Amino acid sequence: MNENRIVVELRDVTKEFGRGGVTALRGIGLQVGAGEFVTLIGPSGCGKSTLLRVIGDLIEPTAGEVVVNGKSAHQARRERDYGIVFQDAVLYDWRTVAKNIALPLEMLGWDRRRRSERVRRMLELVELTGFEDHHPWQLSGGMQQRVSIARALAFDPPLLLMDEPFGALDEMTRERLNMELLRIWEASGSTVVFVTHSISEAVFLSTRVVVMSPRPGRITGVVDIDLPQPRVAETREQPRFFELVTAVRDRLRAGGAEAGEASEQELIAVEEGL
Amino acid sequence: MLRRAIVFVAVLAGLVALWEGFKAAAEAVDLTWPFVVDDRTLPHVHDIVGALFEPSRTNGPLLIDVLGEQALFTAKEAAVGFTLGASVGFVIAVVLVHSNLLQRGFLPYIVASQTVPILAVAPMVVVWLGGRGLPGWFSVSVIAAYLTFFPVTINALRGLQSADPRALELMHSYAAGRWAVLWKLRVPAAMPFLFAAFKISATASVVGAIIGELPASIQDGLGGAILNFNQYYASAPTRLWATNLVAAFLGVCFFLAVLAGERLVVRRAPEHVA
Repeated sequence: MNENRIVVELRDVTKEFGRGGVTALRGIGLQVGAGEFVTLIGPSGCGKSTLLRVIGDLIEPTAGEVVVNGKSAHQARRERDYGIVFQDAVLYDWRTVAKNIALPLEMLGWDRRRRSERVRRMLELVELTGFEDHHPWQLSGGMQQRVSIARALAFDPPLLLMDEPFGALDEMTRERLNMELLRIWEASGSTVVFVTHSISEAVFLSTRVVVMSPRPGRITGVVDIDLPQPRVAETREQPRFFELVTAVRDRLRAGGAEAGEASEQELIAVEEGL
Repeated sequence: MLRRAIVFVAVLAGLVALWEGFKAAAEAVDLTWPFVVDDRTLPHVHDIVGALFEPSRTNGPLLIDVLGEQALFTAKEAAVGFTLGASVGFVIAVVLVHSNLLQRGFLPYIVASQTVPILAVAPMVVVWLGGRGLPGWFSVSVIAAYLTFFPVTINALRGLQSADPRALELMHSYAAGRWAVLWKLRVPAAMPFLFAAFKISATASVVGAIIGELPASIQDGLGGAILNFNQYYASAPTRLWATNLVAAFLGVCFFLAVLAGERLVVRRAPEHVA
């Protein structure tokens, strides 16, 4: 894979909701290279989830351009370039684990044999072998989210969009799934755009952290995460890790102070993610 | 299972006791309000059941055999009516869920259709469909369908709209067409709603069939039997009561059939687990 290839390019993207209403995003410019793990972080209302949906062509920007793999976001969606993971697993209750993972493969018209072969491999990847015939409600929250990740990765999408995928999980599960996600990311070589409001999660996972501020939602800083790969549990204990956490936090504060609008409460909420 | 059987028998015994107890008490105090209680207005339960096992006419077959055949005839009308009504009701919901404009335009008329008394509609249906080479009972099925489609449309509409918005986004990200969204997401999500409607409609279709037989002058079903025994109520009240018993039994059978279908089709978390 060409490491310099640009997977996502945003040019001056603006999104307004309603007629002359709230400006959710203003003048967003961002490039994400192939194989990168880019995290969008910011307080609630900074438009990070909106930006993710704009990239995924689930929301149309009011102005600006979104190019994904050299195509319009719309074309990229038509060509199934996206794997999406939400905060909740959004599994289909009426389908078993295996059939949930196979859902996108059915959309792609894969035959039964190819589907079950791929599902078996995905179950191995997320370490849920043996649970294929379970229904979602029989699984813990962490397991459900792993199924959701397996479903997103099942058809090898070049771009993985994750909207606070571990936000609803407890800290222990979250850290374990962080490790798993990195392992999967390395194995699949896909590009990830990740949304979180946890600073430590952002620093631990990413190659780059994009800091956003609200009203209007905009990018107020980018922090390159130069921690060595692969990341391990001890990475969280390195001095450099804390330096980067501090750097991201300072950017968040600066964004809030600069805007003069972001409430103290919102900043506290962001820091509590740590 | 055994516990259920015990409960069922206990409740049945309780109801019989209530009936007989009220009758005995009312007769003892010469109750005149709200009605005079005697063997004509409120026959003994054992007399009603006994009537089923007496000859329907001199040297004729037992009443239960006659009513059984009539019940089967009405069941055929109701089953065809239910299938017809449920299908039409479902198709209407599918069309309406895809267009807000149609939904706003047509829903008031669909509601209005149910405020017209079935007894006013039934003769027209008989006139319209009579003498077209269709069997007479088919008009009755159409009348039953008229009562059946409404709950299905209303509930199916609600059910088809009940899909998680993020599940819809997910389908969108797979570039799924309307057809795929309908069959892989909306319809499965609507299943619990559909079966709730089917339970209402199943019993309504029996009522519709019985009522429909009256203007259609069909003598082969339970409607004909009710009309007939109504005329002879003064001399043989137990026969009308016995017919009601059979009609109620038929309705319960329809309900149970839907319940069995639901057990087979709907597999999801029991409410208290989810």
